[in-house]
Parts: sequence; structure tokens; C-alpha cells
Amino acid sequence: MSDPAWIDAALTSARPQAVGALLRYFRDLDTAEEAFQDACLRALKNWPVNGPPRDPAAWLIMVGRNSGIDAARRRSKQQALPSEDAISDLDDVEAPLAERLDGADYRDDILRLLFICCHPDLPAVQQVAVALRIVCGLSVAQIARAFLVGESAMEQRITRAKARIGQAKVAFETPGPAERAERLAAVAAVVYLIFNEGYSSTGEEADRKAPFAEEAIRLARLLLRLFPAEPEIMGLTALMLLQHARAPARFAPCGELILLEDQDRTLWNRALIAEGLALLDKALRHAAPGPYQVQAAIAALHDRAPRAQDTDWREIDALYATLERMTPSPVVTLNRAVAVSKVAGPQAALDMIAPLAQPLGGYFYFYGAKGGFLMQLGRGREAYEAFDRAIALAGTAAEAAHIRLHLDRLAKDAEASAR
Amino acid sequence: MLYAILCYNDEAVTTSWTQEEDDAVMAKLQVVHDQLYADKLLGPSIRLMPTTTATTLRKSQDLVLDGPFAETKEQLLGFYIIDVANLEAALQVARDLGKANPGGAYELRPINIYQPGIEIK
Repeated sequence: MSDPAWIDAALTSARPQAVGALLRYFRDLDTAEEAFQDACLRALKNWPVNGPPRDPAAWLIMVGRNSGIDAARRRSKQQALPSEDAISDLDDVEAPLAERLDGADYRDDILRLLFICCHPDLPAVQQVAVALRIVCGLSVAQIARAFLVGESAMEQRITRAKARIGQAKVAFETPGPAERAERLAAVAAVVYLIFNEGYSSTGEEADRKAPFAEEAIRLARLLLRLFPAEPEIMGLTALMLLQHARAPARFAPCGELILLEDQDRTLWNRALIAEGLALLDKALRHAAPGPYQVQAAIAALHDRAPRAQDTDWREIDALYATLERMTPSPVVTLNRAVAVSKVAGPQAALDMIAPLAQPLGGYFYFYGAKGGFLMQLGRGREAYEAFDRAIALAGTAAEAAHIRLHLDRLAKDAEASAR
Repeated sequence: MLYAILCYNDEAVTTSWTQEEDDAVMAKLQVVHDQLYADKLLGPSIRLMPTTTATTLRKSQDLVLDGPFAETKEQLLGFYIIDVANLEAALQVARDLGKANPGGAYELRPINIYQPGIEIK
């Protein structure tokens, strides 16, 4: 019951709630984090002896609050510490506190904690780093390794980001419905950002960022427990589950990216797919569609196809058209063009992406897709040019390697036809 | 005597397990399951998806609500059906399962009516 792995899991899962409550109490992020850290140290000492408390989060908040107050007193008066006994007997206070925490308060605490990471002045990557550090409790070393920077550089970045957050006026009173909805939307975006930071990486980077996707799913499930009737939060959770389910099939042993149509579908995680489909099913009942639900529906169509050739591209095309209306962007149109190429052929797809050359002129995937359509049309020379551009724009070695495969095939075809 | 062993645990913790940790727990449980099959004690067993996937129907007003029926600190995450001589034997099964999967609690409930229904694959 009190084995170290269990305590570790309990501390991790209590973290957003505990730090969120301590932040409301102290109104200062550093104080809240220090207080939580101190409470964790005491838990590691206390729980193996006395058994874990019934409500770990309530215990940590209580102890963290006392420790934060003590620290403030020490700083102001250089007073002596209260003895360990004075704070170790918490059984009496735990019950009423736990009851109060079951109220709506802690929902807003967690939301506020996540929301401060979405500060608009922070670049996306820093939002991700700060959320992983503060909300998920990943160590600075872990985050630094993932982003390929030194530990002290990452420490500095996070400190600077936190200073910015500190200057921002975050409302500590209970938010109204409109403000809560706004915060929830911003928080959903940062959760998906964390997921994508992990999911879109390739090669060695993918190994280092593998925990990001799982952290994002954990946060989404947490949000869903707090806001059980929000269809877009269901959609977001479903979307990430349905994509993450394919993770075991996405990379070759040498680290090379395997495209969806070439993946070994027997490696997909059926439990995650089933959970994603169940959530999407729940969301659709609300008849309040949104971008996350539509993207989840697209992911579901891929996951449902037993083989790549069974994919319902017509439906995917229709869903991308819906997504284009909801959130018009050249990238969405580019994705739609892939579905169009399957339904109406490569020429229709090429026509569709022609106007995108300007906005997506620096985008690897644009030239990758363009080269693919041209290749299907037998326009080898133009395809070659497009792939060449793609390689120049490739962000990772794995991306470049993938395009090189196409180039090799074009070269072979050219050779064969010359003979 | 038929008993249901209802499995309760903090889902925030169990869904935080990594795939490896989850696999390790399931592998340890499988050893216990196999012994229970050999002893002819264990019937169907079910693991539920997280409560985030749950929907509740309030019968009187035909009200459909998102989420589980009861908001509890520990959630119902699955159950076993066992066929044992008495409560003491049922408790022994629960203890064996608990050693493989610590944390949370098991509720032992005698079964009133058991209908296997259609065969489910």
C-alpha cells in the first residue's frame, strides 16, 4: 500500500490540485511550488510509517499551507521552526478539508494553474515548458533534455517565463461562466500543444519527448473529470487518444517515420482507440461540434479502417471541409487536399493547393504533398523539384530521409524509362 | 456462493500509470487469475474504461448526464465474479488479488441473480 511507486503516483496525480490550491492561497507561484515541494518531502517521510492518507491532495494542501506560512514567518522574524510533532497529527483536520475540496473551488484552482501557463507573451515552446514544469512536475533536467538545451539554460528560461507570469494580473476570485469558458479554451490549446510537441517529433527527439503525449492525455482526462459535460474537452481527449494509439507503429526500429498508410495496424493500441471512440460518441450526442471533435472524427476514421485501402476518404474530405469552415487555414486545406487526391485524383488535389504556394512557401509538408501529387500524375521532373525544396525545408533528419526515399524512387523510374 | 468483487481505486492514480507500469500490474494479476481458474473459483472479470467515458441516465426524468453516477474519491474501475464456499474464501481471493494490485479497496457483494446472457467475444 505504501510502496514507493504508489506514493510517487499519488504525489504526481495530486500535484495540479495541490499546487493550484496553494497558488490561490499564497498568490505567488514560487511560494506555492516550494510549499508543495516541502509537503512532498514530508509525505515521503510520513506515509510509509502512518499509511497513506485517504485524500492525498487534501493532505498535501494542508501540510503545504502550514509549511508556506512557517517559511514566511521564518523569513520575517527568523523564528524557530515548530516541532515535527506539531504538524504531523493531521487526522482531525483532513476530513473537513477534504469535504471542502470536493466543492467547485478546486476545479477553478486547477484551471487557473493551467491558465497562467497560457500567457500570450510566452512563445508556444515556453508555454509547453512551463506547463510541464509547474503543472505536471517534470524536472528541469527532463525538460531540458527534451528540448536539447542545457539544464541551466532551461532553468533560466523557465525562471524568466515565471517572472513574466508573475507580473501578469491573474484573477484569483472565482471566475464567471464566460471567463471560465475562455480559460478552458486557452488551456485546451496548451494541452494540445504539449501533445503535439511530443507527437510531431521524430527520431531520437521522439524518445526524449515521448512522455509529453502521455502528460497531455493525463491533463485532458483531468480536465474532463472537472468539466464532464464539455463536448470539446471530450473531443480533445478523444483526438489525443486516437492519435497516440498509433504510437507503437509510427517508427521503424532505426527511428524512421512510418506513414499512416504503411503502418502495421496490428500494433495500434486497441484499448486507447476504444476509449477515444467512446468519448467521441459521447461528444457527438451534444450536437455542438467544434474543431477538436472534427479532428477526432477524422482520426477515428483512420483508426477504424482495418487496412489503409479501407479508409473512408470521402467522409474524411467532408470532415476537413467542415474544419476549413470552422478554422480556415492553409494547413487544413493542405490536409484536405490529401483526402481529395484519394477521392477525386491527384489533379484535383494539385489544383486545390495551388493557391497555398504563397502562404506555405516555407512549409516542408507543402512541398512533400505537392511532390507526391505530381509523382502520381507522372510529372517526374516537377515532382523532383518539389521534393528537393522539401528536403531543404525539412526540420528533422527523419523528414529528410523520408523525402529521399521518394527521390530515389523517381531516379529509378527515370532510369527505367530511359533504358 | 457467488460473489462480486467490486474494484475501487483512485482513477487519477491508475490512469497516471505508464504503459509499462500498467502492463506490470496486469501481468502480476494474470498469475493470480490463472491460479483462480485452475482452482475453478473465477468467472467473468471486467475492467471498465475511466469514468470520463461514463454516461448516467436518470430514469425518472430520462435525463442523460455526462460522467459517473456518483462522484467519489475512489471510483469503480472493474469487477470479478467468483464462486466460493463462503465469505472467508471470498476474502482470501480478494487478498490474493490485492497483493498483485495494491491501492484502493475491494467491496465483496454476494450475488443475488446471475444470468450469463449471450456469449460475448
